[in-house]
Amino acid sequence: MSKQEKFEFIQGNLACAKGAAYAGCDFFGGYPITPSTEIAEFMSGYLPKKGGKFIQMEDEISSIGSIIGASLVGKKAMTATSGPGFSLMQELLGYACIAEVPIVIVDIMRGGPSTGLPTAPAQSDLQQAKWGTHGDHPVIALIPNSVEEMFTETVRAFNLAEYFRTPVIVLGDEIIGHMREKIRIPEPGELQIVNRTRPSTAAPETDLVTTPYHALGNDPATLPKFGKSRIHVTGLNHDITGFPTSDSEMVGDLNTRIIAKIYEQRDIVDNFQLLEVEDAEILVLAVGSASRAAEEAVLELREQGVKAGLFRPITLWPFPKAEFRKYAKHAKWIVVPEMNLGQLKVVAERFVKLEKVVPINLVNGEPLNPELIISTIKRLV
Amino acid sequence: MFNYSEYLREEKLPHIWCPGCGHGIVTKSLIRAVDKAGWDKDKIVLVSGIGCASRLPGYIDVNTLHTAHGRALAFATGIKLARPDMHVIVVSGDGDGLAIGGNHFIHACRRNIDITTIIFNNGIYGMTGGQYSPTTAYGDKTSTSPFGNMEPNFDVVDISIGAGATFVARGTSYHVPQLDNYIYKALTHKGFSVVDVAEACFTTHGRKNKNKYKTNIDMLKWQKDHAVPRSKADALTDEERENAIITGIFKDSVRPEFTERYDELIKQLKTKGE
Ligand SMILES: Cc1ncc(C[n+]2csc(CCOP(=O)(O)OP(=O)(O)O)c2C)c(N)n1
Ligand code: SF4
Repeated sequence: MSKQEKFEFIQGNLACAKGAAYAGCDFFGGYPITPSTEIAEFMSGYLPKKGGKFIQMEDEISSIGSIIGASLVGKKAMTATSGPGFSLMQELLGYACIAEVPIVIVDIMRGGPSTGLPTAPAQSDLQQAKWGTHGDHPVIALIPNSVEEMFTETVRAFNLAEYFRTPVIVLGDEIIGHMREKIRIPEPGELQIVNRTRPSTAAPETDLVTTPYHALGNDPATLPKFGKSRIHVTGLNHDITGFPTSDSEMVGDLNTRIIAKIYEQRDIVDNFQLLEVEDAEILVLAVGSASRAAEEAVLELREQGVKAGLFRPITLWPFPKAEFRKYAKHAKWIVVPEMNLGQLKVVAERFVKLEKVVPINLVNGEPLNPELIISTIKRLV
Repeated sequence: MFNYSEYLREEKLPHIWCPGCGHGIVTKSLIRAVDKAGWDKDKIVLVSGIGCASRLPGYIDVNTLHTAHGRALAFATGIKLARPDMHVIVVSGDGDGLAIGGNHFIHACRRNIDITTIIFNNGIYGMTGGQYSPTTAYGDKTSTSPFGNMEPNFDVVDISIGAGATFVARGTSYHVPQLDNYIYKALTHKGFSVVDVAEACFTTHGRKNKNKYKTNIDMLKWQKDHAVPRSKADALTDEERENAIITGIFKDSVRPEFTERYDELIKQLKTKGE
């Protein structure tokens, strides 16, 4: 018989931290902020016991800076924050995109703007995650909706960061971060763990040790470790050797490649949940904690004979557009419940006629409840 | 003659610096000090922010990291904590290190993390064309203080000591053998070390203050004429002090170093766990 399965009754933030540990995170740099702080607290006790490193930096700018530095010397590094701190991280998030440094950033969203509602849930940073840093850049953002997914999606965040050599954002919210659920902790080896490829294992025909930005096709370039080869890393536009260039062809290549490496490999990135979508006349598009209410609403409506379905992106960015379009095309209405003033709605509007999209918005610090979704949909049918 | 080739990425030359800029002088001083320290080049990480001075790492054949404006110490802290066996050196302009990066600077001092920071202190924002910085002299004309700088300036030595750095020295780009010595001592010091280097930028600063400096050479000579060793500083009048560059080693002390402490913790937890 296999070993006793391990269950824990824990909050989402702890599941996130344990997922990071499972993925092999060995460096954490952060700055306290509600409602994310439990992640840093766990890491401060856990990491030194495993020979890893924890540091409380002087702000969120230095937090993300410290983890980019740690990643360059070979660590699997992460930070956790919430809205105001996430805002401060934006410049260096772009740095990690262009310098192609794998890191994981957890943003446990709270009400905004500014200090907003520190202890109340919101889905305020969906668009900031995509557009917060300047310039065109690749974004991977995952948005779990349960304690179990806080664990598994954090593991996936590390895997995607390592594989694509890019920052990956985990968007939690106050509800998912602080609620408790029973989850099964996977055995070591049960979930796949991806580690960045090093040049020595790559194609022999190119000298990849001295060309840390030489990508073969759409595959991400391999990343030499500081200390193994004396490379140069910069936030300036650079050539395949990593040194600054303003050659228009090379600049164009880099700017498109860092996006294409992700967007051209959608099968690796995409993740979504489908519920009753096949014949859905009313398609609900929802993410994170709002999708929990949406799921309940859809199930209840089905019992009442209403043809409702749920499309839930788990990878929010890049948005799983092909799949969404597939079900949205036939639906009469696309209902988008969210705890902001339409950050997901504008995405739906790109793929269907504007008149088909029905927003449900809540920005008063309260969680979305299924009744509001049910009553809105009933008014439509 | 000292052979710089071993440390330079010669194919990246010529550098971007103007004739008469102090950054090249300090770069060579840094190379000689690193050579004297005898470190393995693979074990050195040279980190910078953004600015003219911050272009330095690109020219040096070690592990090099050109970060964002003001953030060199943030990245460097992550590197040093993750890999305490590596020698981490930060080079920074006065704007980069003390204005936008000032918070990271004082906290790195406080942690006493084993990083050497060299402030290329030309008292101006060179790269952006000569705006006043936290170390611009009172009254100087700059592109954003056309009527003369109204803000008092930072004393890098005072800040560093106040914030907890355990090695603090100030030299100039004129007094080169002395600078070699200060940088060498900073590199080999265990703990956070700061070398403040008085420098000049004629291109964006000198030219706007022709009453003080006629040429780039004048700016170097100004350093020669105004440098006062620490031992003689007490005799200066307040007015002389305003215009002096007081040089010397101001602090050289021992305090537990952050990454060593952390590694001790790991060891303790390991023995407890066994
Ligand atoms: C966030 C941000 N703000 C402003 C700038 C513009 N900028 C580039 S270099 C620089 C100042 C450089 O001055 P200093 O650090 O003193 O170095 P120097 O050029 O004199 O060597 C500024 C303001 C920037 N790159 N990033
Ligand atoms: S602008 Fe000033 S700081 Fe920049 S390279 Fe020229 S002289 Fe040096």
